[in-house]
Amino acid sequence: MIYLILAYEFFKIGLFSIGGGMATLPFLMDLTNKYDWFTASELTNMVAISESTPGPVGINMATYAGYNAAGVPGAIVATLALTAPALIIIVLIAKFLENFSENKNVKAAFYGIRPAVAALIGYAVWELLKIAIVSVTDGNVQVNVINVSVCAVTFALLQVKKLGKLHPLVWIAAGACVGIALRM
Amino acid sequence: MRTKKLAELYISFFKIGGLTFGGGLAMLPMLQREVVQKHGWCTEEELLDIYAIGQCTPGIIAVNTATYVGYKQAGFIGGVSGTLGMVSPSLIIICLIASILQNFIHMPVVLHALAGIRIVVCALMLNTVVSMMKKGIIDKLGALVFLIAFILACFTPVPTALVIVLAGAAGIIAKRIERRRNA
Repeated sequence: MIYLILAYEFFKIGLFSIGGGMATLPFLMDLTNKYDWFTASELTNMVAISESTPGPVGINMATYAGYNAAGVPGAIVATLALTAPALIIIVLIAKFLENFSENKNVKAAFYGIRPAVAALIGYAVWELLKIAIVSVTDGNVQVNVINVSVCAVTFALLQVKKLGKLHPLVWIAAGACVGIALRM
Repeated sequence: MRTKKLAELYISFFKIGGLTFGGGLAMLPMLQREVVQKHGWCTEEELLDIYAIGQCTPGIIAVNTATYVGYKQAGFIGGVSGTLGMVSPSLIIICLIASILQNFIHMPVVLHALAGIRIVVCALMLNTVVSMMKKGIIDKLGALVFLIAFILACFTPVPTALVIVLAGAAGIIAKRIERRRNA
């Protein structure tokens, strides 16, 4: 039964996530509210691992999410379901539509979709950020100053042209070192 | 002959999926080498066209490319072969890492490392959002769509998929009005 739900949810994600791997993030965020497959904090771990392993980030995240939900079979179901809509749509386009990306309605739709995708991902990142920077001790929610500083410094360093071009893997490795050094 | 072609498609895209980090544009050099130079499955121009299509259709761009090239070479089954090749390395690698991580997740050093990683990943994601905003919000209407989508996501239970559909419709309507005004 869980495989059917996984297939349905990831087919939907494949159908509506437009504009690269990170576009699946808001949908995965929705899943944390709907099912107990993984928590928002685990989702951030999944992003980190997906960014630092080979393969498309969107596929890696779906595989990881499926694995967390129902083991290896879950991973396979989620990944295949994610790719199914694209498989159907691309074959249809290849067969029937010449110059699809030049079509004026397609262009106009994307003119609207691009800022919306940025907003949806922005919201999901904001939610993950909130979880990453607060710490709960004895039921008290407190903003963790160290975490905020590390995040701000990283973001500032990313704006430096040469550093911004470094592979995410380098940043993630640095994050692991900082985390161990500061006992975060 | 056909089986050989299907195997070639699977193996080529397996290599591309297994040896590139990040998907999307990061895959382009590897695609050029395997698909254009080595096998001659399509020309450089076609590859860029496929990329353009991949960016304006649902799904993961890398998978869309694998599907398209595979389909052009060997029909629907070819598309399936290319796609399966592309996702196979992810399935193997991620399942391995996830199962290994489960055994180590309770060690303090792993917890500290993951906590540090999560913060850095948040900064990386924030950076992605900023560059997507720069590329996506090119005029007043773009800013309006961004704002409305953000508010809908924050304060209403409107499904994410519906926000995407509405934004696409808004884009089409806005361009129609613009054309009519200019006509």
